[in-house]
Amino acid sequence: MNQGLTLALAVDLGLTLAALGLAAWVIGTGRSEAAIVGFVAYGLLLALVWVRLAAPDVALTEAAIGSGLTGLLLLGAARRLRGTEAAFDVPPERPPRAQHWLAALFSALVALALAGVVLTLPEPAPSLAPEAVANLPQTGLGNAVTGVLLAYRALDTLLETLVLLLALVAVWSLAPDRAWGGRPRLWHPERGGALTLLAQLLPPFGIVVGLYLFWNGANAPGGAFQGGTILAAMWLLVMLAGLARAPTIDARWLRWLVIAGPAVFLGIALLGFAIAGAFLGYPPALAKPLILIIETALTLSIAATLALLIAGPPQPGPPS
Amino acid sequence: MRLLLDLFTILTVSAGAFFFLAGTIGLLRFPDPLCRLHALTKADSLGLGLVVAGLMVQVSWPLGAMQLVAIWLLALLAAATVAQLMGRAMRRGGPDR
Repeated sequence: MNQGLTLALAVDLGLTLAALGLAAWVIGTGRSEAAIVGFVAYGLLLALVWVRLAAPDVALTEAAIGSGLTGLLLLGAARRLRGTEAAFDVPPERPPRAQHWLAALFSALVALALAGVVLTLPEPAPSLAPEAVANLPQTGLGNAVTGVLLAYRALDTLLETLVLLLALVAVWSLAPDRAWGGRPRLWHPERGGALTLLAQLLPPFGIVVGLYLFWNGANAPGGAFQGGTILAAMWLLVMLAGLARAPTIDARWLRWLVIAGPAVFLGIALLGFAIAGAFLGYPPALAKPLILIIETALTLSIAATLALLIAGPPQPGPPS
Repeated sequence: MRLLLDLFTILTVSAGAFFFLAGTIGLLRFPDPLCRLHALTKADSLGLGLVVAGLMVQVSWPLGAMQLVAIWLLALLAAATVAQLMGRAMRRGGPDR
């Protein structure tokens, strides 16, 4: 028992040191591409940390969105910025040293304050977890995390999905006028390469895994965001390999797909006034089906929105 | 029987860890990107295969074992594709450094 404890401690310590070291390296390295690759690896380490903290839902989200999707977004941004820098032919200006130290000092202070708060928490720490679990049967769900996301704190989730929509609007608004209504350009496809093979082989499995994560989210780790991210990845893979063209951004079906999740969520939230007497209220008998409807629409919208975020603004191109 | 299985797991997982280590050393020491890629993909595929083989006798049969094999196959597919893409990118554009 004691030996098992020290072994677990050694693993945790190694994970923590690796995560901290990698974080320092990402900040320290000067090249943006290298920093992004480091950031992706850092996200995967964090996912392992969440697993060690017995939070598989957060681990899945961190691996899929925090590491994979954000990493791709950053890579795209770095590539676009590199073009701009080259065009203006100005070396990136380094901020003065004092500014560096000030930022470091401020970050250290925030970290110390957080550590202080955590260390001075009363024992046992105040928690709503027991009540959350005790009331879970009313929602008809088996996964407490999904219960928090879609019942207790549904407002937060609703706002998150709206933020995602706003982000997509922001990305699209970067398009030049003449590209409006065009397609995002992802890749110069080389037909018949290894990527094409992967894009033909992987999507059936990826779609099953994505739907499984979404469906299983009611009772086990998973949910709309994790499942949606995997579906988005599959769509991106097919577009990257040139097997399917990116859609034109003014396609009617695409617009519906993107707003379906937030719209259904908002509609059911307003319906709550009539059937449960509160915004976002679910009558107990209908809680499970309503949550399932919201999750279904959310998964589809999240998948489409995330894929379009990565695909970027539409590019002017030859008329097609 | 239990002891035999545990021994098998310890041996194969250790061998897998050794291949991961060898691959990492190759990644750090080899002179050019293509060599590094070679070290990484071969060693990691074999290393992961050994780890999976070692763990297969420890999980539920057949569902747990099938999951492990599926993970290994997916990792193989991803590693092979990425290696191809990187190799091709290097031949076209030359190594970055």
